[in-house]
Amino acid sequence: MHGFANPARFLRIARWLMPLCMGTGIVVALAALGWGLFAAPAERLQGETVRIVYLHVPAAWLGMAGWMGIAVASFTELVWRHPLAGIAARACAVPGAVFTAVCLITGSLWGRPAWGTWWVWDGRLTSMLVLLFLYFGWMALSQASEASDGGQSRAPAIFGLVGAVNIPIIHYSVTWWNSLHQPPSITMGKSAMSAAFLWPLLFAMLGFTLIFAGVVLARMRAILANQQAEARLRRKALAEGDL
Amino acid sequence: MAIKAKHQRLVLLAIALVVLIGAALLAAWALRNQASYFYVPSEIVADPPSPDRAVRLGGMVEKGSLRTEPDGVTIAFAVEDGNARVPVVFKGIVPSLFVEGSGVVAEGKMATNGTFVADNLLAKHDENYVPREMQNMTDAQARKVVAETK
Repeated sequence: MHGFANPARFLRIARWLMPLCMGTGIVVALAALGWGLFAAPAERLQGETVRIVYLHVPAAWLGMAGWMGIAVASFTELVWRHPLAGIAARACAVPGAVFTAVCLITGSLWGRPAWGTWWVWDGRLTSMLVLLFLYFGWMALSQASEASDGGQSRAPAIFGLVGAVNIPIIHYSVTWWNSLHQPPSITMGKSAMSAAFLWPLLFAMLGFTLIFAGVVLARMRAILANQQAEARLRRKALAEGDL
Repeated sequence: MAIKAKHQRLVLLAIALVVLIGAALLAAWALRNQASYFYVPSEIVADPPSPDRAVRLGGMVEKGSLRTEPDGVTIAFAVEDGNARVPVVFKGIVPSLFVEGSGVVAEGKMATNGTFVADNLLAKHDENYVPREMQNMTDAQARKVVAETK
């Protein structure tokens, strides 16, 4: 476990893994979007508006995956005091919040032609909006703890774990409660979505997931570099003080 | 000693998580009726809401029930869920996905004569995504084709 805890080792891996994820992610996501937007067929009832699914579903998945990343990192930080865990959680927050916002915006644009409304206070939509606010709260708390005690506080990790309760609520909101949002089309091993929509969608999800991983790795490297620079400045200041 | 502290944290955190998830499930269970976005016809028929209360009614537009009133802007149809049906009247522009046999959520009030007077209609599509080429097939045929292509 602690073999991977070594930031130097992590940096060696991240140096080549980050551009690899980012590069393949951008290529796959652009190809999948091109496929979905131009080559895939229109839907029987929804027509051309169905194409927004190729952005909406990957964004929804990564908005939720971002918080799952925060939750796993928080658990690791609380139990094993892993030095990279807090950094990983901080790196997940901004891309997770951005994808959650993209999901809400594309969903709203899709809701107008498909349902006849931009927004309803329905279980699925509301729990997703709560996720966006959880991200904002988490980022504020993490920044405050960073500013006050250099990130020693465990409060963001506890918040990260408690907030994870929202993830199954989002997922099951359409099964537990009558909802305007339809139940999931893609479940374990089967799909109510014709293959003509499913394949470009799966590739779009893969591409955006790789981009997400690339962004998280880049942000982790940046946070580590920042910490090293600060430590160096502190040592320098101490050494000059001694003279 | 260090290992022991680590295990203690693991056990404490696992217990905390179990309690947290349990609490969340209890809350979701308690909310199961209140958090629903609409009532289905059998719920409306079993326990009709008072005429001054705004409610949402959701279900399928009964096949063959949709007709336009002589004034040309009022439509009447029935919403069913397989067990019960509720007649609905609505005056206005319907969403483009609103057709017989599709899902609908109607916002409005229950009139004393047992008809639901809707002041807004929302179309609800299902989880099936079918290419436009299959639009002439029946729902059952289209679903079969989708099932075969997975």
